[in-house]
Amino acid sequence: MRVPLPFGRGCREAEGEGFTGLEDPSSGPSGHLLPEGEGRAKKIMWSELPLFPDRASTIAGETDALFFALIAISAFFATLIFFLIFFFSIRYRRRAGRPRAAQVNTSLLLELFWTGVPICITVGLFIFGAMVFMRVRQPPANALPIYVVGKQWMWKVQHPEGRREIDELHIPVGRPVKLVMASQDVIHDFFVPAFRVKQDVVPGRYTAMWFEATKKGEYHLFCSQYCGTQHSGMIGKVIAMEPRDFEAWLAGSTDETPVKAGEKLFSRFDCVNCHAANTRQRGPALEGAYGHPVRLQTGQTVLFDDNYIRESILNPMAQITEGYRPIMPTFQGQLNEEQIMELIAYIKSLTPQQSGKPNP
Amino acid sequence: MSNVAARVAEQFDDAVQQRESATVGMWIFLATEVMFFGGMFLGYAVYRSSYPMVFGASSQRLDIVLGTLNTALLLTSSLTMAMAVHAAHSGKRRSLVGFLFATIVLGAGFLGIKFYEYFQKFEEHLVPGKGFVFEGADSRHAQLFFSFYFAMTGMHALHMVIGIVMMGVLIVFAMRGKFTAEYYNPVEMAGLYWHFVDIVWVFLFPLLYLVERS
Amino acid sequence: MNARESLEHQHYLNVSYGVKSWLLTRDHKRIALLYLISITLFFFLGGFFAVLIRLELLTPAGDFVQAETYNKLFTMHGLIMIFFFLIPSIPAVLGNFLIPLMIGARDLAFPRLNLLSWYIFIVGGIFTLTAVVTGGVDTGWTFYTPYSSTYSNSAVVLTALGVFVTGFSSILTGINFIVTVHKMRAPGMTWFRMPLFVWAHYATSIIFVLGTPVLAISIVLVGLERVFGIGIFDPKLGGDPLLFQHLFWFYSHPAVYIMILPAMGVISEVIPCFARKKIFGYNVVAFSSLAIAILGFLVWGHHMFVSGQSEFEGLIFSALSFMVAIPSAIKVFNWTATLYKGSISFHAPMLYALGFIGLFTVGGLTGLFLATLAVDVHVHDTYFIIAHFHYIMVGGAVMAYFAGIHFWWPKITGRMYPETWARLAALIVFVGFNLTFFPQFILGYLGMPRRYYAYPDEFQVLNVLSTAGASILGIGYLIPLVYLLWSLRYGRVAGTNPWHATGLEWRTDSPPSTENFEETPVVQEEAYAYDEVPEEVSLV
Repeated sequence: MRVPLPFGRGCREAEGEGFTGLEDPSSGPSGHLLPEGEGRAKKIMWSELPLFPDRASTIAGETDALFFALIAISAFFATLIFFLIFFFSIRYRRRAGRPRAAQVNTSLLLELFWTGVPICITVGLFIFGAMVFMRVRQPPANALPIYVVGKQWMWKVQHPEGRREIDELHIPVGRPVKLVMASQDVIHDFFVPAFRVKQDVVPGRYTAMWFEATKKGEYHLFCSQYCGTQHSGMIGKVIAMEPRDFEAWLAGSTDETPVKAGEKLFSRFDCVNCHAANTRQRGPALEGAYGHPVRLQTGQTVLFDDNYIRESILNPMAQITEGYRPIMPTFQGQLNEEQIMELIAYIKSLTPQQSGKPNP
Repeated sequence: MSNVAARVAEQFDDAVQQRESATVGMWIFLATEVMFFGGMFLGYAVYRSSYPMVFGASSQRLDIVLGTLNTALLLTSSLTMAMAVHAAHSGKRRSLVGFLFATIVLGAGFLGIKFYEYFQKFEEHLVPGKGFVFEGADSRHAQLFFSFYFAMTGMHALHMVIGIVMMGVLIVFAMRGKFTAEYYNPVEMAGLYWHFVDIVWVFLFPLLYLVERS
Repeated sequence: MNARESLEHQHYLNVSYGVKSWLLTRDHKRIALLYLISITLFFFLGGFFAVLIRLELLTPAGDFVQAETYNKLFTMHGLIMIFFFLIPSIPAVLGNFLIPLMIGARDLAFPRLNLLSWYIFIVGGIFTLTAVVTGGVDTGWTFYTPYSSTYSNSAVVLTALGVFVTGFSSILTGINFIVTVHKMRAPGMTWFRMPLFVWAHYATSIIFVLGTPVLAISIVLVGLERVFGIGIFDPKLGGDPLLFQHLFWFYSHPAVYIMILPAMGVISEVIPCFARKKIFGYNVVAFSSLAIAILGFLVWGHHMFVSGQSEFEGLIFSALSFMVAIPSAIKVFNWTATLYKGSISFHAPMLYALGFIGLFTVGGLTGLFLATLAVDVHVHDTYFIIAHFHYIMVGGAVMAYFAGIHFWWPKITGRMYPETWARLAALIVFVGFNLTFFPQFILGYLGMPRRYYAYPDEFQVLNVLSTAGASILGIGYLIPLVYLLWSLRYGRVAGTNPWHATGLEWRTDSPPSTENFEETPVVQEEAYAYDEVPEEVSLV
């Protein structure tokens, strides 16, 4: 929702129902803020006063519904309290000659009432919030995976088909997208207000988030976990396109796919020496392993997933497969997070999915 | 009893109130110490449950003989401390001073052995930081073990140093005749503190030294 | 005017003069004033940083200060306001001054420990100020790892040392208060005759003693990691950044209850006095304070819903966070009900107290937004959070602090403050506050992240409104500084009980003598016995 105000000139109006704020000339092509004097408007954008963010994902409507429910409840109670205070203050203000009021100091019934009602309301809010939360957190099985590495102070995006981006993320409308994210250094957070989702990107592990865009457009991307000097500059755009346009965009580059890049790394770093098919006695086979349980030397069983692969590359002694000697060297410091993601993509591709397509 | 009344601080009505207040205060302080050490115990527990094997291997690098000796010294020092409190309660000044002194000696012995262990670890390149070397599996998480080892035993040692200083002060006061059978509150409070420090070690020792020792 | 109505009697301020008599005092009242002066200085320093922040945010571009400077400004604003102003404010000033008086004691249980608390506070403050002047710290007051432990190039260790040291000031105060309440009450002063102010501080002290040590160890570990390179929180060394967050928030969430419970205690004193009525639901309010303290230890994970903790943890912390809201709501209803059929007057303490109820209600309700998992995912780390906690900390705790300062000013100084100026300042603060922080709720839902010094153009109007409000708020805070100082010399002499309030503190001189009471009082009546105060007694 936007409130047009009667004053102010020279600001372009945004299209569509909501305010995305990106169709203005003062941002550079990647969404960064240009320094003063480089073609940006210096006047305050008085003609636009956004009050509500654009709604552009499937989950945004549910989050907003919760939000409005909370506003209604809050408005009710705040008004009630404000009103009672005002009313009592006036009605029972001190006046000379007024007889002493009856002193009412306890009422079990009242205490139970105004304990019980908030309890009911909060239980309802909890349940409603939890339900939407579980949907926010559980990506659908057919979500399109895209890899993201956050580092001070930029977002690097890797599409499985090969295209890479910096501070921009192109996605198709109407298709769930799952971001698999790692940090190269400190904690960051990938936040898209128009989608109502965010997720911390934590060094040392993979975190994931998913969303499905409902309409095309450009939306703010913010880093929203303080990460150092240029934290405010770690911003960008999420660009949602019609599926056909998205396919065209994807095809428009000659970048290597992560699977191919990973295959090259697998060879370059001599992983083949122990993990290729005919050298199975040195290292466990990787074909068909992804997504399946692995029995460790300690007797524990873990899942052969992204985090397991990453840990094995960086700290191979931590989780040794049963029946193998602890001879795998560590690659800590030799591979950055993007390269690790490429290796994982390659290793994943060695395990065909049920439908015959490579794993997402 | 006039000298007793003189030892009741202004804000208190009587010696009983003073004594009870000090006792409650000391117990609450010990509760804060539980929370303080508790944070480190929690961190240790989290990492140990994640990396049991390397924590076991690291624990085996600690000198169990010295650790056991230290445990014995500290437990004995708690005994001498309890005897000191008893002596104070009985009004026996010389015994009080003697047992306090014994506690200091035992505590100092503990610290001496501890610092010798630290020195050993330094020689073996097991001090976390730049010079850390751990042959074999998973040196990263081994370093984690040793980080906790040094942080927890170091914090414990610091508390022991404070305790020993307190004992020293008590000896000085005792020799000056400050304590009587009716008034020996500070000795009791110091005793509580010392027993607490001992109990922390009783938890530290098995957690750090006795992992995977079968 | 009898001798007691003038300031010529001997009292705690004029019983001795000289720097030594203040710096070596054991009188809880003098120690309270030492704290008052110290925290006032910190308040204006923290406020100055806030002014600079709001000036930068007038324009979308980062053009007032450099990015690194801005990061230091918000870090130091947070650290100073939380650790050196809010946490000590009511307990160390009003609590120290009033608790012995309210329970009929001559002093706290451990006066020398009380003085030591203040010195520890000053030492911690000096460390932190040294960090401020030698370049500052830029990690955010939350010190998240691995940025704070490995990457930041600022005075992290020095600041951490300052906060670590100051924590002991809290711990010692907490021990002192708990023992005092248990052991030093006058005859007849049973637990359920104690003023709710004392209950509130008792509950706060539980948090002081059980929570602060965990912050201490978290900071020590960050310091060790930074200095020795040991890896407890650094993933490159095998550590887990989330462990820090759990340890940190285990204290820092209860810390917010340290900041609000004493404030609620003040309100529970002011409302009955200016409504001339016993508080509604005394027992319930007392137990609510304890409930808040205990439940407050169980909700820390609501700061970490999107940090990488599991959904299961999220559900548990969300449920508990809703629960902790209930006792606060109960208190608001009880205070409001106290007004019913009262005889209400609108002196400055009451204006601040009524403002507190309104603004705390808004702040608390927005807390429900944050306990609601799906909504928190969207507004976490945005200006919505900033607005939420400022409504509670500033609209709540600071207003209650001002209510308390004005209410007990006559007792502390023997003088009245000028009422008209005080009411004006209260009004200015209320207006300025809302203008500053309400737009930030909108900014937050729009998606403006916190800790940003530059932002997209479309957020500017709301930011300009917020800065305008901040300038009004600043004026509102400067006015009391002036007239309170003025009143020390020129204020009307107050007399023993200018408000005709109940409570043992109002039975002694204003200002009280060093030993508080000529004879230990014997308590025979219930708290807030306003029904026994004669009708025709009118307020000043």
